Amino acid sequence: MAQYSVVLENVRKVFDDDVQREDFAAVDGISINIEKGEFFTMLGPSGCGKTTTLRLIAGFAEPTEGRVIIDGMDATSLPPYKRPVHTVFQNYALFPHMTVAQNIAYGLKIAGISRDERESRVKDALRMVQLGDLGNRKPAQLSGGQQQRVALARALVNKPAVLLLDEPLGALDLKLRKDMQWELKKLQQLTGITFIYVTHDQEEALTMSDRVAVLSDGKIVQIGTPHEIYSYPKTYFVADFIGESNFIKAQITHSDSDGMTANFANQNYRFTCAVETQQIEGDTALLAIRPEQLVLYQDPKKCKSDWCIPARVSANIFIGSDERVEVALADGQKLRLLLRSSEKNQVGSYQEGDDVFIGIHCTDIRIFNQ
Amino acid sequence: MKFSRLLGPLYYILLAVFLYLPIVFLIIFSFNDSILLALPLEGFTMKWYRAVFQTPELLTAVSNTIWVAFASSLISTVIGGMMAIVTVRYSFRGRKLFSSIATFPMVIPYLVLGIALLLFFNALGIPLNLWTVTIGHVVINLPYAMLIVGARLSDFPAHLEEASMDLGATYWMTLKNITIPIITPALLSAFLSSFTTSFDEFALTFFLTGTENTLPIYIYSQLRFPARLPLAITVASMVIVASSILILISEWLRTVGQVKRSIY
Repeated sequence: MAQYSVVLENVRKVFDDDVQREDFAAVDGISINIEKGEFFTMLGPSGCGKTTTLRLIAGFAEPTEGRVIIDGMDATSLPPYKRPVHTVFQNYALFPHMTVAQNIAYGLKIAGISRDERESRVKDALRMVQLGDLGNRKPAQLSGGQQQRVALARALVNKPAVLLLDEPLGALDLKLRKDMQWELKKLQQLTGITFIYVTHDQEEALTMSDRVAVLSDGKIVQIGTPHEIYSYPKTYFVADFIGESNFIKAQITHSDSDGMTANFANQNYRFTCAVETQQIEGDTALLAIRPEQLVLYQDPKKCKSDWCIPARVSANIFIGSDERVEVALADGQKLRLLLRSSEKNQVGSYQEGDDVFIGIHCTDIRIFNQ
Repeated sequence: MKFSRLLGPLYYILLAVFLYLPIVFLIIFSFNDSILLALPLEGFTMKWYRAVFQTPELLTAVSNTIWVAFASSLISTVIGGMMAIVTVRYSFRGRKLFSSIATFPMVIPYLVLGIALLLFFNALGIPLNLWTVTIGHVVINLPYAMLIVGARLSDFPAHLEEASMDLGATYWMTLKNITIPIITPALLSAFLSSFTTSFDEFALTFFLTGTENTLPIYIYSQLRFPARLPLAITVASMVIVASSILILISEWLRTVGQVKRSIY
C-alpha cells in the first residue's frame, strides 16, 4: 500500500504555445503529497496553474519536468484511461447523445462489467446523488444542478482511487452551490475517495477541504489546513486572497531582539508579542488584521487590547445580524470591522463621525513586506 | 415607408422570376411534344422520358456521374472529417497554416484547378479516366466537408472526448462511442453536399476526364445537335428534381443537428 494517494514531484509544465514567452511555466515546480481519503483543494485566481495541475494528474497533459505518482505508481506518462482517476469537469461534459443512465454506465461498460451489475450500480449511484428516477432523461432535459449530480455519479460509480473536480460548482447559483458544498463533503466522507478540488472561490475551499494549497503564478504559495491558511497567511498574497484583511501601512522605527516598534497613525506602537518579522526588508511593512479581530470601544478605559488606537467612524453598514463599520485612523488609513450584534456591541450604536478606539491584539497581527 | 415595405416582396418576386421560372420552363418543355423549344406548347408527351432510358450513352453517363459522385463524396467526407477532428480538437504547431492550406481550393477557380491537375496528371504519366475526375472532385469537396464537420464538432466542448478517456476509454473507443455519434449528422450533410457538387460539376471534369463522359459533359456535347435538345432538357429536369431532394435531405440533417445542439 502506498502511503500517499497522489504525489507530485517538482512538476513543471510549459505549453508549446508559451515557448516564446521566456521562462513562462503554467505550472512551475509544484510538489505535493496528498493523503489517501483527503479532501485536498487547490485554490488560486484564474491563470495560477491550478487547472493545469489537475490536468497533469488526470493525464490530459504531460509535465515538462517532474513526476506524477498515483497510488504509488509512476503515472507521469500514462494515458488518462490507464489512471485510477476520474474527473468532474467544469461544464460537466455529459455525453449529449446518451441518457443519464447510459452516461453513468459508460465507465462500467468500458471496464467490461456485466449488464446486471451495471444496472444495479447505476441505480445505486443515481440514488446516492438523489436523482433516483431521472435515468431515462437526456442531459439536455436536466437543470444545471442535476447535470452536476450526473457528472458526479458518472465518476463515482467507477469507484476511482482519486476524484478530480475542476470548479464543479462554478456554474451553479449561490444557494445551490452552498447546498452542493455540504453534499460534496458528505459524499467524500461516505466514499472515502481522495478528492482533489480546484476552485478560485476561497470560501468553498475553506468550507470543504482538509487541506488547501494556495497557488499563484504556477507555484504553491502556502499549503495547510483551512484554519492555518486563514489565520496564519504566510504572504501578503494569501492574506489578501483568502478572506478579508485590513492592511495598515507602518514604518518600523525600531527593531531589536526583544521585538519592534511600528509607527502609524502618528504614533509608535510597540509589539509586545513575538511576530514573524524575519522577512521584513527595509523599514516599511504592512500589518494585516482580519475585520472580525478588531474590537471597537467608545471608552478607552474599557479597552484591554495590546493597542488602543483612536479612530473616527467613517461609515457603517447593517448586514443582517452583523454590522460592518469603517473607521479612519489619524493618518487617514481606513480599517473595516465586523461587529457581531450578539456581543457587547449594539448594532446601530455607532454613527458616522463618532470618535472611537480600535482594540488590536498583537497576536492577531501578521506582518508582510509592502 | 411604403416603398421599403415593398422591397421584401419585390426581392422574392425577382428571385422567383430569375431563379425558379427558368427551371419551371425547363420542366414544362420536357413534357412538350415538339423538337422546337418555343411557345406555344404543342401537347403533353412522355416520349422524351422514354427516350432517355433508351439512349445507352446517356445512361452510361448517368452511371459514371453517380459513381464519381459517390466515390468522391465518400473520400471527401472521410478525409474531411478526419481533418476537422485534427484541426478542431488538437493544437499543434502550424495548425492555422494547415487549415488555410486545406481550405485553399475553395478560392481557386475550378478552371485553374482543372488545368493544374491536368498538367499534374500528365507530368506523372497518369492516364485520364473517371479516377482522375474523382480525385479532382475530392480536391474541391474536401474543404467544404472539413468545414461542415468542423463547425459541428466545435459546437461540442472538447471535454466530451476527455471525459470518455477519463472514464477508461481508449482513443479509438472514444472516437467510436462519442465523436462519431456526435458528428454523424454533419458527416451525412457533408456527404450529400459533396455529392450534389460532384454531380453537376463541369469545368474540372471537362479537363480531367478521358474517354468516359459524365452527365454534365454529355449534356453539353448534345447541345450541338438541335434534335437532341429535348433529351438534354429532360435529363436536366430529372437532375434538378433529384438534386433538390438531396439538398433538402442534407439541410434537414443539418437542422436536426442544430436542434440537438441548442437543447444541449
